[in-house]
Amino acid sequence: MARQSSRLESKKVNSELLTLTYGALVSQMLRDFENLEEVNKQLERIGYNMGVRLIEDFLSRTNSGRCLDMRETADKIQQAFKMYLNVQPTISNWAAATDEFSLIFDVNPLTEFVELPADVSNLRYSGILCGCIRGALEMVQLEVQCQFVQDQLKGDASTEIRVKFIRRLQDATPAGVLIITSFVDVHLLISRSVLLCLTLLANTYAAIIAQI
Amino acid sequence: MTIYNLYIFDKYGTLLYYGEWNRIKQSGITKEEEAKLMYGMLFSIKSFVNKISPNDPKEGFLYYKTNKYALHYYETPSGIKFVINTDTVSTSVKEFLQQYYSKIWVEYVVKNPLWNGTAVTSDLFKQKSDEFIKQSIMF
Repeated sequence: MARQSSRLESKKVNSELLTLTYGALVSQMLRDFENLEEVNKQLERIGYNMGVRLIEDFLSRTNSGRCLDMRETADKIQQAFKMYLNVQPTISNWAAATDEFSLIFDVNPLTEFVELPADVSNLRYSGILCGCIRGALEMVQLEVQCQFVQDQLKGDASTEIRVKFIRRLQDATPAGVLIITSFVDVHLLISRSVLLCLTLLANTYAAIIAQI
Repeated sequence: MTIYNLYIFDKYGTLLYYGEWNRIKQSGITKEEEAKLMYGMLFSIKSFVNKISPNDPKEGFLYYKTNKYALHYYETPSGIKFVINTDTVSTSVKEFLQQYYSKIWVEYVVKNPLWNGTAVTSDLFKQKSDEFIKQSIMF
């Protein structure tokens, strides 16, 4: 698998191949699930699982560090779209608190030959993109909400993905070790057994002092 | 110059991979125990370093050095942690770890669809990782 992908790296994959394969996948899913909501959910999930891995590739190629605010994050997402899909969405419609923005696409390579029949008008055809953004950002400790608000497939003027910042995920604390905030407000890491010893010592001292 | 050993942790502190070369003296505790202690120490050093920093730290903790060896630490924004012990004269280890991340970790672990986020067992990865380390000028 990995060897194959490094061979492909110098060549570019034909975008029509991607469009058609993706179309085949979605229509097969529609047939298999027979339920629009389920298909929407699964597409998002596929995207999420892709994003979780894609972020590592993105980070290693661009050598980028942590983003300090959402504007920087938006730029990186734009850069990633350019890198992986060769489209450059416009970033606009910032919310006043700069925690919410839109990615506006003039063209969406996934929907190039697509027409939605009337009976599946609730299908979020490119839902995989939202999942991808959400998965990728979750790996860098950002929880976001991501959804389509406009879609050319549904007759809107442009395609717009709305990304909303929910919260920063905390750095995970190690399992099996205990973290104590001491009175000097420095995080000390003490294993359970050491902690037990300290408690015992403290109790002994207390007993000695009580005797005096 | 020498590379002694390498630990790779995920963002939850699970040991994903361990490799050693030229390590003559063992610590005398099990590998799991050692990894746990290592992660615990790094975790507290990292948070202490960031706390004590006089201005907003960008990268935080990078390495420490004793008179026998140096421990280098590289953390990706996604929380994968690479820890490598070298001798004290090795230079630009940080760049080396970045290269290791993009050329070995991403290629042979992240892009391997069978990897499920736990300790790495792939033989191809082990082989490539070993080659990469042995080819480096530090080895």
